[in-house]
Amino acid sequence: MNLHEYQARALLKAAGIPVPDGEVATTPDEAEAVAARLGSAVVVKAQVHAGGRGKAGGVKLAANATEARGHAQQILGMRIKGLVVERVLVVPAAKIASESYLGVIVDRASQRPVIMVSPAGGVDIEEVAAKTPEKLFRVAIDPRFGLLPHQAMALAFELYDDLGQVRQAATIMQQLYRVFLDAGGSLAEINPLITTPEGEVLALDAKIVVDDNELARRSSIAALRDVTAEDSSEVEARNAGLSYVNLDGNVGCCVNGAGLAMATMDLVKYYGGEPANFLDIGGSSSPEKVVAALRIITRDRNVKSILFNIFGGITRCDDVANGIVQATGQMKLDRPIVIRLTGTNEDLAIEILRKAGFEALTDMDEAVQQAVKLAQEAA
Amino acid sequence: MSVFIDKTTKLVVQGITGRDGSFHTEQMREYGTNVVAGVTPGKGGQRFANAVPIYDTVAEAVSDTGANTAVIYVPARFAVDAIYEAADTGVHLVVCITEGVPVLDMTRALLFLAERGTRLIGPNCPGLISPGKAKVGIIPGQICREGRIGVVSRSGTLTYEIIHQLSSHGYGQSTCIGIGGDPLIGTNFIDCLEAFEADPETEAIVMIGEIGGTDEQQAAEYVATHVSKPVVGFIAGQTAPPGRRMGHAGAIISGSSGTAKEKIAAFERAGIEVMKRPADVVALLEKRS
Repeated sequence: MNLHEYQARALLKAAGIPVPDGEVATTPDEAEAVAARLGSAVVVKAQVHAGGRGKAGGVKLAANATEARGHAQQILGMRIKGLVVERVLVVPAAKIASESYLGVIVDRASQRPVIMVSPAGGVDIEEVAAKTPEKLFRVAIDPRFGLLPHQAMALAFELYDDLGQVRQAATIMQQLYRVFLDAGGSLAEINPLITTPEGEVLALDAKIVVDDNELARRSSIAALRDVTAEDSSEVEARNAGLSYVNLDGNVGCCVNGAGLAMATMDLVKYYGGEPANFLDIGGSSSPEKVVAALRIITRDRNVKSILFNIFGGITRCDDVANGIVQATGQMKLDRPIVIRLTGTNEDLAIEILRKAGFEALTDMDEAVQQAVKLAQEAA
Repeated sequence: MSVFIDKTTKLVVQGITGRDGSFHTEQMREYGTNVVAGVTPGKGGQRFANAVPIYDTVAEAVSDTGANTAVIYVPARFAVDAIYEAADTGVHLVVCITEGVPVLDMTRALLFLAERGTRLIGPNCPGLISPGKAKVGIIPGQICREGRIGVVSRSGTLTYEIIHQLSSHGYGQSTCIGIGGDPLIGTNFIDCLEAFEADPETEAIVMIGEIGGTDEQQAAEYVATHVSKPVVGFIAGQTAPPGRRMGHAGAIISGSSGTAKEKIAAFERAGIEVMKRPADVVALLEKRS
């Protein structure tokens, strides 16, 4: 789960990290009021779960409150990478002497939390890693002992010469690591970490990604979820216990298992089609889940054909068959459906489907080819 | 021979009375796995299916029955402690089927396991099966056949699909291992490749990867330098968009890293034949042998 910048800032602030003032606004009036209260030039920043906000015109500098109002008017309601901006963050325009990068991730290769710093801040850190890897400094943290003070100091010396700034940065690293642990993060990032002309070290922008597996035990973090910032079908899928990602194609896919779901999408592409979605109905699939899956897939008007690909293991093919029959009894299916089932209770499933007037295939390639052909004919 | 499990496997099931645990314990016993004990705190002294003794703790189960392998079906919030508990008894293999273990918990658990020399498979995995000998986990036994192909995969049902292709064309398996779909796992591709290379009953290896991370790239390098047996591969997620989690917690392209394209390229550089679709597995194996 991604947190908004304003939510991440609040967590940093609560941990004692120096963060400039600023407030969230949902209307141009509010944005104007915040800017007036701050009493300086401000930056109006779109709060959406998308990178490249600046390039998309979602971050704007305003000399005064009236200008801030105008920018908020433009930014609120705009779409960035398909997501509607519902909120803006209004912060004072900072005077910047230097920009650095500071981040903590769970590193898959070393299987540990890794803290990273770079004096080349303010840009995409991946670019720094790719183009100037000598400017990226990393330390793997032993999770049993945490970030050791000397590790933080050594990294801070890569950023600053001034001992006062080094100490400030090292403290911020400890605080950020604490936020990362407390939020159940898979990433916590300050980019840029700036110094002001007065020598102060400040967190200007923050990003936190929370491990979804942490949410069950962290209710205050889970409460930060902003469903208005997500695709409504993806929210509905999650609530129904399904894993769904909307894509641009026209073959709607319903599969059990994440790996098989990806392989099915790839096979759609292999046979000249485009998948409309990733959808994993999970292991123990009840008929209710299948009903929810069909409702979500058919809501996407780009979908021209529907493909079921079920390899029964724990998932029983007859459960899926019953779900399909139940769903099509509740709603009129106005697009062709191709069903492939094999494995546990396959014969029973085929029987259930036949009685309800559906055909069922057992070969994955044959099913995908049919679904692609039907989608192309309908398009 | 086989890899990691065989006829000498004596299994303790953690969470044996739960919905998943009891169902799959039945399936494992039907397959012939020697299930010697179960654990559910508070149900010590009872018996599962009138046969398998249940204990309150793994330690009691191991000391009474000599169990050498543990499998975990407990709910996610108890799973990491179940891993610690099993490792503390000295069993040499722990298989964690449970999905949903926080990754920060795993950073600590993996160090704990390494200190004790305990092998963990998973979490969030279907387990493993040595056809005709034993199965630990949830891979459906009826799709497997005894034979000489080693299968290792990050996926569940996609693995079944490929095993099904193999079995129905007369290619049995020495062992099939699902290593799990999480970002941090106990046993990785390289561990399995090493075991298959050393196993005289394995003649060729099928490696099934997916987007996210760099395990496949490292495995490819290992194949190029350490594996003499033919390896064929598959990578799922060529059509997956960047930055989106595709079901598995570990199946996510971060920025431009972890794409199917770079993994397929790494496989090809290492001389691994790459399937374009699961149905190609048999043809590629025949080409390599």
